[in-house]
Formats: sequence, C-alpha cells, structure tokens
Amino acid sequence: MKPTEAAVLGALSGVRDPELDEPITDLQFVSELRIEEDAVDVRLRLPTPLCAPNFAYLMVADTREAVLSVPGVREARISLDGHYASEEINAGMADGRGFEGTFPGETEGESLDELRTIFRRKSFVSRQEKLCRALLAEGRSSEELAEMRLEEVPESGEFEKYLQRRAELGLDISPEAPLVVDPNGNRVPKDAVVQHLRFARTVRVSIEGNAGFCRGLLATRYGMPKEEEIRS
Amino acid sequence: MYEKDGEKYFVVDGHLHFWDGSPENQKNIHGKQFIDCFYGYHSALSPEEYLWPQEKFEKYSEEDMMHDLFEIGYVDVGIFQPTYLTDFYINGFNTTEQDAVLKEKYPDKFILNGSFDPRNGENGLVEFENLVNKYDLKGVKLYTAEWHGDSKGWSLKDDWAKRYLEKCQELEVKNIHVHKGPTITPLNRDAFDVKDVDDAATEFSELNFIVEHVGLPRLDDFCWIAVQEANVYGGLAVAMPFIYSRPRYFAQIIGELLYWLDEDRLLFSSDYAIWHPKWIVEMFADFQIPEDMQSEYGTLTPDIKRKILGLNAARLYGIEVPDEIPQPEAVGPAGEPTYPEQPLR
Repeated sequence: MKPTEAAVLGALSGVRDPELDEPITDLQFVSELRIEEDAVDVRLRLPTPLCAPNFAYLMVADTREAVLSVPGVREARISLDGHYASEEINAGMADGRGFEGTFPGETEGESLDELRTIFRRKSFVSRQEKLCRALLAEGRSSEELAEMRLEEVPESGEFEKYLQRRAELGLDISPEAPLVVDPNGNRVPKDAVVQHLRFARTVRVSIEGNAGFCRGLLATRYGMPKEEEIRS
Repeated sequence: MYEKDGEKYFVVDGHLHFWDGSPENQKNIHGKQFIDCFYGYHSALSPEEYLWPQEKFEKYSEEDMMHDLFEIGYVDVGIFQPTYLTDFYINGFNTTEQDAVLKEKYPDKFILNGSFDPRNGENGLVEFENLVNKYDLKGVKLYTAEWHGDSKGWSLKDDWAKRYLEKCQELEVKNIHVHKGPTITPLNRDAFDVKDVDDAATEFSELNFIVEHVGLPRLDDFCWIAVQEANVYGGLAVAMPFIYSRPRYFAQIIGELLYWLDEDRLLFSSDYAIWHPKWIVEMFADFQIPEDMQSEYGTLTPDIKRKILGLNAARLYGIEVPDEIPQPEAVGPAGEPTYPEQPLR
C-alpha cells in the first residue's frame, strides 16, 4: 500500500519544534514532501543558517521517526536545507550515527534528551498557564484552581494539550490528581498558586514571542508574506 | 535628545556596533552566515523605509553612523559593544580598536567598552589590563558563545572567567554586558542558558551584569535571575524593535520585565546597525500598553520611558544628564517573591 500524502502530513504535524512547542508544519519548516512508492522525501528549512544545531538535529530525527511510523513507508529521506551544519546533520542522519556521532568532539555534558526535557518542562508550564488562564476567564478563582482535580476540568483543546505534555513528562494524570502542579508533579501550595501562574505567564510569553520572531525570520528569509499584528 | 508632547527624553543607546561584515573581511563561511543572520534580523523587524541593501549593511561608513545616531536618531550618547569574532573575520567583526577610532574623534558622543576572553589565560589578563588602561574602560561586552580554536564557547562560572571578573572589580570596570547566542556549542547545550550569570552576579556583587536582549528567547530565565540579583540589568536590544511589527508582544515583554524587575534596571538599545534608533525612539515615546492588557501590566509613564531611554544607562556609566530633563528617583527593587524557589523548568 502506497502511503498517502495526508497520512504523511498527519504524522509530520505531530513533530514539534522542541523550543517553540509548535508543529513544524504550522511553522512552515517543511518545504517539500515527495512520495515515491514506499519511499518518502522530506525537506526541512529553518529561519536562519545559525539556528541552534541541537534543536535542528532533534527536528530532523523526529521527522524521520514520524515518517517511518506511517504504514507503508519503508524508507524516509529527510534533508535539512540552508543550515550551517546541514551537511553533517544530513550525513549523520543517513548513516544513523546519532547526534554525538554526527558532531564528534563537539558535545559535552548534557545529552540531547536532557535538553529536550528542559523544553518539555517549559512547554508544560506554558500550557498549564494557558489552561488556567481560560478557567480564570470563565469565572473560577485561583483558590478554586488550587483545589481542582483533573476530573473536574471541563473538556477543551487547551486541556487536552496540557494533559498530553503532562503525560510525556511522566507526571500523574489520574482523575484525582491536582490540576496545578510544578514540572516535578508537586502540587503547588494554595498560597503560591497566584505567584506560580504569574511566573508561568512569563514562560508562555517567552515561548510565544520566540515563535513569532522565528516565523518572521523564516518569512523574510524565504520571501513569504509576513504575518503582522494589526496595529492599533 | 527627543521631545514629544511636552516630554523631554535624554537618549543613551546602550548597544552600538561599527562592524565590518564585508566579504573581503570574512574568513570563512561562518562569517558570511553570521552577517546574513544579522541581516535577517534587520529585514524581519525594520519598517520598510529603514531597510538597507545588504551591501551597505555589511559595511557602513562613519558618516552613516554619525548621521543616523546623532543627526536624526535622537541619540545623545551611545555605548559601543565590541564583538570580536576573530575566528569568523580576518580583522575581527567589530573590535574595541575599531570602535576606538570613532571614540577618539567624538569623545563626548561615545562610551567605549572592551571585552575579554578568559580562554586567553594569563597573557590575556595582562592584555586586558592594558586595554582598560589605554582606553579608560568602564564596561565590557562578553560573548560567551564565541568560538575560539577548538573551544565552542565558555561560561562565566569557569575559573578563568572569575579571574577576569576579579580583575574587572579591581580596575573598576563595573559594567559587564553579557551576550548569549545566537548559537553556541558544545552543540548539545542550550545556547541561551543564562544560569552562569546568576552565579557570577552573586559572587561579584559590586559589578553590574547587563544581560543583552533580556535573555531572549529565554525571557523567563532572565527574569528569574534578575529577581534574585539586584545587580542584574536587562539590555533591550532585539526586544525594542518588536514595537513596530508586533506591538502587543512588545507590550507583554515590557510588562513582564517591569513586573519582575523594576523600571530602573532596563536599558534601551537599538543594536545599531541591526536597527535604526530613530523609529524605535519615536515609537517608544508614543507607546502605551494596549487597554485590554492594562489590568495585567499597568501603563508606561513618561518617567518610566525616560529611565529606559537614557537615565538608567546614564546612572551606570556616570553620564551627565542635562538639567532640563526630569530625573525621577529610583523606585528600588521590588520585594523578593517567595515563589518559585527554583526556575520552573
């Protein structure tokens, strides 16, 4: 069975920029997709040639894994264009050398998994803030949020995204688990919830702003129309 | 100086370059990519009428710079921040010596900052002391992401970095500007991690640490550090130009910063020639937090704008401010929030 474009795009939309917490398809990082029988070619591009090579590598690796997960795909050829380390990353990926094997002597200390975890935790905090923000806007108080259990949270897209990230971090997502927890899963004390969400907002603003900046740079680099805010 | 609606603003541009990114000076492909990257920033965030052709952007003249900053850009005093990048550029990208030519010609217009690289060890320490004495430096710009031989960057926590910071303290080089990014190796690390600034600011409490581009894209990490350390400041390079294309996002950044820090610890910068100070100063003087965000972020008063546009930097560098400019008192640091005890990450 030949894989369909829709199926491959669906898989690609599950790949997120680890730093920006948005799908690479929404960010327009996928510049080309070709399907020939059971082989899929995907070309990726980034906002600048100097984008962090670690994040670049993670996205290429995640893209490959996502494409290979589509039924009927036997071969996935992923290439990153226009990056200062394009050649190394593409060759390393083709030979299955892993990140450290791709850049011998240029890594030390933390592994890429740890880096990924740092940003998953940030995005967890950001998603929690978005969800709580929506709940507060619906009239709940921060005291109520402090007491709330997951089973008491109404269904919503924000809630689903929050749970997904919470599960990825290995935190408790059982119905009776508290809603507001820190990235280690500890319940945030009632008298600290306001300050917790206040700081969480800064995390969200930072991630969202960065995503906006990267979109602008990509649009400029590849001559795409820029999305601008409506100026008041 | 800039005057609008009866308000006068003394303008100190906290981050200027006089660079040579031309192909003739590029040592390798990284040199080309670096200036291309800057040009991307310039093109993405500047109003159309301020866009330069790439060739001019790669190398602009003294006349361009003097005209843009002081004739039309409202800048009273500008601070040169060198970016050596000698592994990317034959004569360096923007060295203290290059900047010194203009400083010597226009001594009242510029403040000259130097730099050090702790990887140069003992010899570098002597050279640094000579540089400070030669130019009477009051500040340095540090670029921890800079490549150097086999090394792909360094940390303020390194033993040698501490030796250099001790030297700064001894020589009264008080203002330590720290630039994170744009990309760093060891490749697996987070390029923009500002943790090391926290340690250095605690250990060297007499020095001021100005984190350039307020730690963006890690605004949250920067804010957390600045809450803990009263001697940490935010340089607004890169953040300011959002005021044009993304004013609501700009309002959020400024709002977050004013909440966690205080109005006395933020410094305006254009990052010239990446952006032109004229439009940024004009738009900032006119700027207000959008109404629907004011319940969260409050509003910007002319005094807050005056501090950010010039008074805060003037205080750090001992720049004399004309009497006609109102000089509001410092508000003092905000109370220390008790939560979070650790950054949420």
